[in-house]
Amino acid sequence: MKFPLSWLRRHLETEASLETILATLNRIGLEVEGVEDRGAALASFRIAQVVEAEQHPNADRLRALKVDPGDGKLLSVVCGAPNARAGMKGVVALPGAFIPGTGITLKKGEIRGVASEAMMLSAREMGLGDDHSGIVDLPADAPLGESYVTWAGLDDPIIEISVTPNRGDALGVRGVARDLAAAGLGTLKPLPTPKVTPAYPAPLRWEIADPRACDHVLGRAIRGLRNGPSPKWLQDWLVAIGQRPINALVDVTNLFTFGLGRPLHVFDVAKVKGNTLTMRMAREGETLSALNGKEYALTPEDGIIADAAGPEALGGIIGGAPTGCDETTTECFIECALFDPVRIALSGRRHDIRTDARARFERGVDPALPPLALDLATELMIELCGGEASEVSAAGTPPAWQRSATLRFERLAGLGGAEVPADEAVGALERLGFTVEARDAAKVTVAVPSWRNDIAGHGALDQFPGLDPARARAAAEGCAVIEPEADLVEEVLRLRGLDSIPPVSLPVSGIVPPPALTAKQARAVLARRVLAARGMLDCVSFGFLEAKTAALFGATPPELHLENPIAADLDQMRPTPVASLALAAARNAARGWPDVALSELGAAYRDPSPEGQLAVAAGLRAGQTPRHWADASRPVDAFDAKGDALAVLAALGVPMAALQVTADAPGFYHPGRSGVVRQGPKTVLATFGELHPKLRAALDIAGPAMAFEVFLDAIPEPKKRKKGAPDLPAFQPLRRDFAFLVDATVPAEALLRAARGADKALVTDVALFDRYAGDKLPEGKVSLALQVTLQPREATLTDAEIEAVAGKIVAAVVKATGAALRG
Amino acid sequence: MMSDDLAALRAETAEQLAAAADLRAWDAVRVATLGKSGKLTGLLKGLGAVPAEQRKERGAALNRLKGELESAIEARRLALEDAALEARLAAERLDVTLPPRPAAPAGEGGIHPISRTFEELVALFGAQGFSVAEGPDIESDWLNFSALNIPDHHPARQDHDTFYLPAGADGRRPVLRTHTSPVQARTMLGQEPPIRVIVPGRTWRADHDATHSPMFHQVEGLVIDRGIHLGHLKGCLIDFLRAFFGIADLPVRFRSSYFPFTEPSMEVDIGWNRKTGQLGAGGDWLEILGSGMVHPKVLANCGLDPREWQGFAFGMGIERITMLKHGMPDLRPFYESDLRWLRHWASDPLSPPSLAEGI
Repeated sequence: MKFPLSWLRRHLETEASLETILATLNRIGLEVEGVEDRGAALASFRIAQVVEAEQHPNADRLRALKVDPGDGKLLSVVCGAPNARAGMKGVVALPGAFIPGTGITLKKGEIRGVASEAMMLSAREMGLGDDHSGIVDLPADAPLGESYVTWAGLDDPIIEISVTPNRGDALGVRGVARDLAAAGLGTLKPLPTPKVTPAYPAPLRWEIADPRACDHVLGRAIRGLRNGPSPKWLQDWLVAIGQRPINALVDVTNLFTFGLGRPLHVFDVAKVKGNTLTMRMAREGETLSALNGKEYALTPEDGIIADAAGPEALGGIIGGAPTGCDETTTECFIECALFDPVRIALSGRRHDIRTDARARFERGVDPALPPLALDLATELMIELCGGEASEVSAAGTPPAWQRSATLRFERLAGLGGAEVPADEAVGALERLGFTVEARDAAKVTVAVPSWRNDIAGHGALDQFPGLDPARARAAAEGCAVIEPEADLVEEVLRLRGLDSIPPVSLPVSGIVPPPALTAKQARAVLARRVLAARGMLDCVSFGFLEAKTAALFGATPPELHLENPIAADLDQMRPTPVASLALAAARNAARGWPDVALSELGAAYRDPSPEGQLAVAAGLRAGQTPRHWADASRPVDAFDAKGDALAVLAALGVPMAALQVTADAPGFYHPGRSGVVRQGPKTVLATFGELHPKLRAALDIAGPAMAFEVFLDAIPEPKKRKKGAPDLPAFQPLRRDFAFLVDATVPAEALLRAARGADKALVTDVALFDRYAGDKLPEGKVSLALQVTLQPREATLTDAEIEAVAGKIVAAVVKATGAALRG
Repeated sequence: MMSDDLAALRAETAEQLAAAADLRAWDAVRVATLGKSGKLTGLLKGLGAVPAEQRKERGAALNRLKGELESAIEARRLALEDAALEARLAAERLDVTLPPRPAAPAGEGGIHPISRTFEELVALFGAQGFSVAEGPDIESDWLNFSALNIPDHHPARQDHDTFYLPAGADGRRPVLRTHTSPVQARTMLGQEPPIRVIVPGRTWRADHDATHSPMFHQVEGLVIDRGIHLGHLKGCLIDFLRAFFGIADLPVRFRSSYFPFTEPSMEVDIGWNRKTGQLGAGGDWLEILGSGMVHPKVLANCGLDPREWQGFAFGMGIERITMLKHGMPDLRPFYESDLRWLRHWASDPLSPPSLAEGI
């Protein structure tokens, strides 16, 4: 909300400087968004008169002027403005002045042989607009020699504050003035006492046909008026806050909207059909052509004001064009009503109409103000437009707003952390308009002023449906007691300034705090570090992407399709973070960086339930490994992704020996080059593999791309068992190599498993150290070479024992896989 | 009615397409049918010679046939390509049970600045006795708004620019949480006080420009206990801000404000130099977070009796404090995964935040 300082001073008697006012506004919760002081840069410019205007002797397009800056000492000024003429008044800048529009500081000079001792200014040169067609041409009565800024009313800084949704009262300048006065910045000037003498019966009557549409309404007509432009002071104020002056009647309603936070509306009586204005709910099919030039289709949930012809206003939100006041209006009817804030908010949102009236009604206006506001508005309209007032027409009753609240003084410290003397607290509340109903040493009960609907309001609770009823009731009772008190604590502390509350460090239960992360949370952090340590760059990407892209990576159920996406390419919750990383790889490749290793700890979305959101550690490697003399570059492959996934699982304490890899990875992978890491038949811990060629083509990823997902939620909590003693046998291990010829379709894992299981006592490790497939072997066969570590425990193994265990190993492998030992 | 020669061409082409076993054979069929001197092309060329009274009918029939043949030829191409791809994929099969290499490919890895700030938040609030609570990104309307004293008509709902998902069985539309505050309600419903949690997490609002991202991150704080007051809130935040920014005398200012879920509410500013961006000096103020004493209605909505329990809550933007701390100028690259940006701002995974080593 914006207001010029002069408007504030209309309501606030204060000696405080602008700076003090701004600091106080910030302190008391009326945050200053900005101050526009249009006059500051123009302070030195004076109103001057052109006494002579001659053609420049040496330049066709220039004139030589003699200018009186106000002291009678004529200055020679060379000027190019076509409109410069003898006798005109304009604005002069003297040497040393900074010209905002050109950014230079003025110096005395000589232009083609004629001295130029000053400068006559255009609006653009003063930074007051784009007009550079000539120098400013002031009216003849502009006072010679005076400050231009003062005369033009530009020395009135415009303050903009942001008003929080609870403070409807501060959406009027008077409410701001009241707060500042309460904070000690002066006194609130009383409103004038209007005297309106009704001269005739009201030509229109109110009818509240549906109490949902309006609680209470007053109206009064003025006849015999002449509507025209409003006076300069009013226009200046409205222009200052960004409003367009329209005509005196409408401008007065705006004066009340912004000055008192009390929106009014004026109907042109001659344009109203019939003699009744009805507050009712709209009917299906009714429309309103509103003052903003738009047509609205009304619904039965909208409260309207109707005449015999139909809807003439969306009550409390916007008036209708057909019955608005213009220059031809000779009789107007002022509406001053109270509406249900909730209905206003919902209607306004339904039709997306944001008006100043709506902003005030949905926050709540002062329910006690209408009679006075109506009289004040009547008086001002008659003052500006002439005419005589009718009697007041009224309907409905003002809603009961009177209520009280109690503050226990100890709560100022107990809740607010501030030791505030009781007298100070009570004084602050009284300055805000609260009146003391009862007070003792421990507490005070105050009546809440009509304009503070945010204090001790009766907004309903919305308790969790699953609460135990007794518990819910106790909580609700407690809230009814504590909430109004918290409101009062806030008011007292607000005026005092929260900076005065001494900070206190949180008490801790011990010097060494317990772990902040659960085991599961710590796993996620560790997974991120493991991947970064493996050379991957940790990414954070949007959890939604284009549905078409998402579909390449998995299911895209309609329940996860946004109803109101901000962009068409951000409309579907992603099935896996791999999707985001693949898009990132494509973007990087397009910038000339095809070789990437990216990881993300992010969410995959399966359905909208909390369980449908999976925590996934995902990664993607694309392109080639780095070139290095000692380590040749090669394309990344599926085993890089497998290595990443297994490294995460190992770091998170998963028992690796029991894991199995199956070849049924999701469809976004290459079906023959991907796998699923399982713990037991049901638990899927990870997937990995090369991205499907079709998907790479769709995303424009030219080179190889490998990805993996580790499902962090699926990893069981590691058992907290103390480690046993390490295995430190007294005998040297011995290693034997075996090479098998086996069908290429047999998983290597099967050989390793068979060899490990051949003699659980002696075989402690089996490693695959060579794999050969080529034309030296029969078609469809590969050679796999295993190194088996044998660990004797009781005694060194004899040759016979070694032969025996080697035989067991070969037999086990042959039996499990159909392999043949290579000679 | 299709004349006999057209029906014959259709049958013949179908037969040839079925017989085309690879793309080369397929292309021969295509050229022989639709090519410059293809059979269909020939028939079309011959249309001029047809008697005028039959020309229209035959022309229409030819066009129909052309459409049919074109789609049959295209369908066969797709089928052959699919078959070729399948054959290729089958031929490319790897034994994925092979053990991976013992080491990862060389590369410069690193931790994203948002993740880094997450860890710093955990370390610094952890030292003050906080633990980390979490909640899902997709929340009910009640948890995101109603529980927090933001009823349906509240003006604050409009300010939140909420993303909605389709209504579920209960007729309510789930939302992408607009703040981490729903986890306040989740925590109060899930455990008895005393409560001392922070909630770092993803949040979403339909706003996208130089300073707003539709997905961003917040950290929520919630302390519920007996005798926790506004002074504790100030102390807790001052302790955090000074440690986080590493400025022992960082000026911190508290301004009265309003949030539906706290009362009294306050906004917190830190001192900085608007021109240089330097924190801790310069006489200007920068708004950095919102906070307040938990509103009695929020407590009561979650089953806590405000006569017995009180506490404070705060929320701040993780990107914002990260950008301020490191002097990062632009929000948008945070989510773009640009290799060059990530390498520049990433931190070393082997040097996680530690109170012992300094943060």
